Amino acid sequence: MSGLDDNRLVRTFAELRSAGRKTLSPFLTAGFPDVETTAALLHDFEARGVKVCELGIPFSDPIADGPTIQSSFTSALDAGFTTADAMELVRGYRSAGGGIALVAMVSYSIVFRRDASRFLSEAADAGFDGVLIPDLPLEEAGEFEPLAAERGLANVMLIAPTTPPQRRLQIAGHCRGFIYYVSVAGITGERDKLPEATIEQVRELRGHTDTAICIGFGISRPEMVRTVCEVADGAIVGSAIVHRIADAIQQGASRDDIVARAGEFVSELIEPTL
Amino acid sequence: MSRKTQPTPRKGYFGEYGGMFVPETLVSALAELDRAFAEAMADEKFLAELDRCHREIAGRPSELYLARRLSEKCGGAKIYLKREDMNHTGAHKINNTLGQALLAVRMGKKRVIAETGAGQHGVATATAATVLGLDCDVYMGTEDIRRQQLNVFRMELLGARVLPVETGQRTLKDATNEAMRDWMASSEHTHYILGSVCGPHPFPTMVREFQCCIGREAREQMLAAEGRLPEVIVACVGGGSNAAGIFHPMIDDKQVRMVGVEAAGTGLRLGEHAATLCAGSPGVLHGAKSYVLQSEDGQTAPVHSVSAGLDYPGVGPEHSYWKRIGRVSYTCRTDDEALAATAALSRAEGIIPALESAHAVAEAMDLAGKMSADEIVLVNLSGRGDKDCNEIAEILRRRRGG
Repeated sequence: MSGLDDNRLVRTFAELRSAGRKTLSPFLTAGFPDVETTAALLHDFEARGVKVCELGIPFSDPIADGPTIQSSFTSALDAGFTTADAMELVRGYRSAGGGIALVAMVSYSIVFRRDASRFLSEAADAGFDGVLIPDLPLEEAGEFEPLAAERGLANVMLIAPTTPPQRRLQIAGHCRGFIYYVSVAGITGERDKLPEATIEQVRELRGHTDTAICIGFGISRPEMVRTVCEVADGAIVGSAIVHRIADAIQQGASRDDIVARAGEFVSELIEPTL
Repeated sequence: MSRKTQPTPRKGYFGEYGGMFVPETLVSALAELDRAFAEAMADEKFLAELDRCHREIAGRPSELYLARRLSEKCGGAKIYLKREDMNHTGAHKINNTLGQALLAVRMGKKRVIAETGAGQHGVATATAATVLGLDCDVYMGTEDIRRQQLNVFRMELLGARVLPVETGQRTLKDATNEAMRDWMASSEHTHYILGSVCGPHPFPTMVREFQCCIGREAREQMLAAEGRLPEVIVACVGGGSNAAGIFHPMIDDKQVRMVGVEAAGTGLRLGEHAATLCAGSPGVLHGAKSYVLQSEDGQTAPVHSVSAGLDYPGVGPEHSYWKRIGRVSYTCRTDDEALAATAALSRAEGIIPALESAHAVAEAMDLAGKMSADEIVLVNLSGRGDKDCNEIAEILRRRRGG
């Protein structure tokens, strides 16, 4: 049905599941602080066991993102980073043998401006495996879904705590690669605790779909990754990682040092899934 | 793949423009709002209460005023002004905030939030919230807070909290982002009073409906005064709510020409203006597909206008549709033309217009001069200029100095 059996993202989750394993999916802002560092971070994460990663394409007005990710976007854009650079970054990572399944997290503002077909062709060609468009809900995704599928890209969709039960099933039915389950109503950013209700909702949804489910938003510590992975296939950590990269940059750390610091944190986060 | 799309009557769309491009977290809040709005508009009691609020709080109906001396000065058509500047709080914004605040009460929400640029929508929201017993938080960019001290003070005096926004250009667009972020976490008990005919469905339709009192009154008043409708209606367009409010009730009166006037700022290079329909292209911003000012890469462009209320890189989707089908023509006027029109109207009629509305006055004066004495131009004078006096004085001082 999906025609995505060869898709690296689909394959990765299938392999993880048959091995009885869970995963950590880090989020990185493409081009923050520069192309070379993002590429080095991907290779480093891969060596630490990361199999799936989200790469955020910087946007001027990311309404679903909190201050940490927004300021990384602003900083990359101020340095002149473009969507075309993000494609080049992934192409370079693939030609250097990079094997993480990569999901482009990108605003529909950018996709629409570029033309959805063109954007998707470029993304597939560069070596992305999936796309996640946080501002393209089910109602608006009708024309987009087949365009992604035709190019072998998994269209990852979000379910929120505010999504009614019936709609969760509908979204799950359209979603490819994995379902991105948003843990809290609000924006991205580190939080101390995950709502119990989310864990219950995911447990419930688990019984209705074979598609992998990852939980994201607010996850910032290894214990939270462990909790999430009791019910889900993976945990997504964004702001907490980007925050460490931003701190390292602020302290004037070298590229190697930035990568090492972010990498060590990812090792702590991924430990509960290994 | 470029497929030719016919305008299809999809929910929340005006032709190919509009829609609901928002994070999943907001979808249920928008669906709840859509239902509540539809039910309210079918409820005689709600409409009667809205009408009462418009009369007793906003001071409606607003006058239709024949600007004799301004007409003489232009030497052509008669110029009529729809006096939205006479409304309580000083602009058309109150029409919408009263409607949405009533709806918030009906939905059982305890708190409202709003974005504001110049502060007019913020003041109108704070007023409606106070009179209807709701808590109110207003997001405002720190650049606008600096430029609009008086309105910040007014909001606080009215009991609202003004929350400063430090991101981006620190103006209206950024305040809108922040209000949406708040709403994603708070929609259970909070209603977001969006201030223009922008944003995701149902906002463009809802805000237009709450502003249509302008056009309905103007139509009746025109018929009473002249026994016929005007040749042309002129309104300024930032997000486009005052224009939608006066255009929509006469959109089927095909003989009436309609002109929307955007801000040409200091020039038509990207970054110098806010003329979204005149110089932009179709894109997606703040939840709707419409004309947008953005870079090749889809990043929102910086904008400029002397009037903070027009200083916005997007525009309501229905205006994009009216442009596409040719029902309304859109043009733009520079900062200098708006300033000159402000002086002209002040001296001819004793009316100091808001800088936003002055863009429409500038266009109307030119149009009237080229028309005959038995023709009529109707201008929506959307707001008064008290709020702009400091800014204008500052500009004049700089010019004298330079």
